[in-house]
Amino acid sequence: MSASSDKVDELLADGRRQVEICNACRYCEGFCSVFPAITRKRQFADGDLTQLANLCHNCRACYYACQYTEPHEFALNLPRVLAELRVQSWERFAWPGPLARLFQRNGSALGIAMALGFALILFALQALRPESGEGFYAHLSHGVMVAIFLPAFLLPLVAIGIGLRRNWREVGGQAVTWSHLAHAAANAGRLQELSGGQGQGCNFEKEDRFSNARRHAHQATLWGFLLCFAATSSGTVLHYAGWPAPYGLFSLPKLLGVPGGLLLVIGAVGLLVLKTKADRNLGAPSVWSGEMGFVLLLALTGASGLALYAATGTSLVPALLAVHLGAVLAFFLTTPYSKMAHGFYRFAALVREAQIKAASRG
Amino acid sequence: MTDLSEIAGKTWDVIVVGGGNAALCAAIEAAEAGTSVLLLESAPKPYRGGNSRHTRNFRCMHEGPLSVLTGSYGEDEYFDDLIKVTGGETDETLARMTIRESERCLPWMEAHGVRFQPSLSGTLSLGRTNAFFLGGGKALVNAYYNTAEDLGVTVAYEAEVTHISITDDHFESADVRSGNEQVNARGRTLVMASGGFQADLDWLAEAWGPAARNFLIRGTPYNRGVVLKDMLGQGAVSVGDPTQCHAVAIDGRGPRYDGGIVTRLDCVPFSIVVNRNGERFYDEGEDVWPKRYAIWGRLVAAEPDQVAYSIIDAKSIDAFMPSVYPPEQADTIEGLAQRLGLPGAKVKETVETFNAACRPGDFAPTELDGLATEGITPAKTNWARPITEPPFYGYPLRPGVTFTYLGLKVDERARVSGGYGPFQNIWAAGEVMAGSILGKGYLAGFGMTIGTVFGRLAGREAAAHVR
Repeated sequence: MSASSDKVDELLADGRRQVEICNACRYCEGFCSVFPAITRKRQFADGDLTQLANLCHNCRACYYACQYTEPHEFALNLPRVLAELRVQSWERFAWPGPLARLFQRNGSALGIAMALGFALILFALQALRPESGEGFYAHLSHGVMVAIFLPAFLLPLVAIGIGLRRNWREVGGQAVTWSHLAHAAANAGRLQELSGGQGQGCNFEKEDRFSNARRHAHQATLWGFLLCFAATSSGTVLHYAGWPAPYGLFSLPKLLGVPGGLLLVIGAVGLLVLKTKADRNLGAPSVWSGEMGFVLLLALTGASGLALYAATGTSLVPALLAVHLGAVLAFFLTTPYSKMAHGFYRFAALVREAQIKAASRG
Repeated sequence: MTDLSEIAGKTWDVIVVGGGNAALCAAIEAAEAGTSVLLLESAPKPYRGGNSRHTRNFRCMHEGPLSVLTGSYGEDEYFDDLIKVTGGETDETLARMTIRESERCLPWMEAHGVRFQPSLSGTLSLGRTNAFFLGGGKALVNAYYNTAEDLGVTVAYEAEVTHISITDDHFESADVRSGNEQVNARGRTLVMASGGFQADLDWLAEAWGPAARNFLIRGTPYNRGVVLKDMLGQGAVSVGDPTQCHAVAIDGRGPRYDGGIVTRLDCVPFSIVVNRNGERFYDEGEDVWPKRYAIWGRLVAAEPDQVAYSIIDAKSIDAFMPSVYPPEQADTIEGLAQRLGLPGAKVKETVETFNAACRPGDFAPTELDGLATEGITPAKTNWARPITEPPFYGYPLRPGVTFTYLGLKVDERARVSGGYGPFQNIWAAGEVMAGSILGKGYLAGFGMTIGTVFGRLAGREAAAHVR
């Protein structure tokens, strides 16, 4: 047995020990979905622990309410052990695996990925400068952008698909219905798992005091990201409908993209600040730098996109275009291996939870 | 650790001894009345809150639906429940006052940061009478410390009060020890909310006998009764049986202190319970929770080495709440006995005798099903199913002490009684005076009710005295 699988076994054993103590206590049932999910079981297989780990959103309410945290001999720290199981599961599911190890744990690796993206775009700007074109297309043609970004979008999707399939097999997932998806989407869209059960929020940046700051910052980031994604998609559709960029402020790409970019930047900066205030030992300390790097990358993607729009018509466009597209490229390519993977696996866990709940209702 | 010079630097309006629910309620009320409050908690910060950190609910009277509570739970029904468990060992005036006041406490608790939730899984029987704390007692304790801090209460951790200085019937100051340092804290009033003495094993052994040294203490190791003893030595009037403690049968593998809720075992009614010699000694099917819960600690305490073993078979393993440690397990009774360190042949004989005495009938785990043995002593009068289906499981049981009954006598204004009437400026709240109301037995969530009602009362009275 290799050293790393020993470590995985050790982590699973500790996770099981902690969850069994929780199952004998049950005081935390009202905080989130994890504890009711625990009470439905008496024995916990590895896949059950993976499911619980991805269901946990690290709100930390259970840690501060726990009678059995250190220095108590039970030494419970459920948010941490579930965070570590989660990270470990994403590394195990990722394809190819070693990339996840690199980008999850190492913020500077994400920085290097961005620099490489930046360099590639710069090279494209230099070597493949179009004869003509409007707006940023004057610097990089639509064809070259598609040639770079289509594979950069599709390859990670394939990789994520493989990871999700591995996860789904491990947690015993079944055929997904619209109702499961609707439940999961409603939960994720409101970040219910960060509500503390009664809307008081998490115990994140203020220790045992509750606060909604993290929930709000994450909402801004999530919805900002989705708006930006929608803006890009709408631009693509418009392009093929015969209406290429540049777009004015009152076009769909800008109406979605500008507020989206603002939300993304505000949310990501908020998350960065909150993360520096929170206790690192209640998450997975090994991935702290990778998580910080990822949120920084998100913030930079949003900010450079806004700057690019603001700089329309100026000589700054080529440089900002390189920064923005470089960030976007790095973001997409590392998606299956960075903290970004959490969105997919958590959503899968919420879908699985909806399935289990539906089944237990009969 | 706290800066002791701050403690000694002034005369406090109100000094609260203790750091659990009752102490916090008193501190909050006194601070809201505008007084300067010093709260002295003997435990370090991670263990603050005394036994309150292990609690989970609040028994509350209510005339109609209130917060998470359904239906109604009137004063008389509540009082009847108290009479049932105490056998009348209560002060009716104080008890009825506590019960009536509980209804006004719940909204106050919510306004001071406590969150409630509907009753937990496995506790549906308490859904009408008891409001559960979201996250349990430690979450309540955290909320109150935050509220107290916001109100300007000075909290000192690892600050153990060793002696109360009283002149005639008037409190003057408290000696406080923190680590190797000792200071004197002067105050205009004193609220005693320092809990019972169950963590002092020497004292327990003195009261109960040497068997007490084999007991596990379910709550905080910091309830050593130091101030209680000091006050009793200075003429405070006691209530409650000094030799008695409330003990339940818990998982014998649990920690010596602070095992809290998780070490409880609900397997007894589905099992046979044998002692170290492999013999049964009491009717395991006598009654349902909470009566069963209340007597088995005492029963196990009376057996050799204060230990017993609950044995079930595969039919019953899923019939009760999961245990914190997995059970011992084997495919034969002798094998199980060996794992538990019991005489195999004797246990086998006990099981076979029991099995032969079981009769056909319908098993109903949630009610007294009358499925009883015939022709053995002791009988098992309910849920008696033969233990035949491997694998067989066993859990060691030991007495787990929850609280002691000995305490300070108080009047209706929570003032502590001295030999010739109440002390002028000393009040008491919580476990340290609960023996006045709960003289015997146990009623789920009632300790928190006594602590909240008397904590608030003591805080208000002390503040009014200063003003």
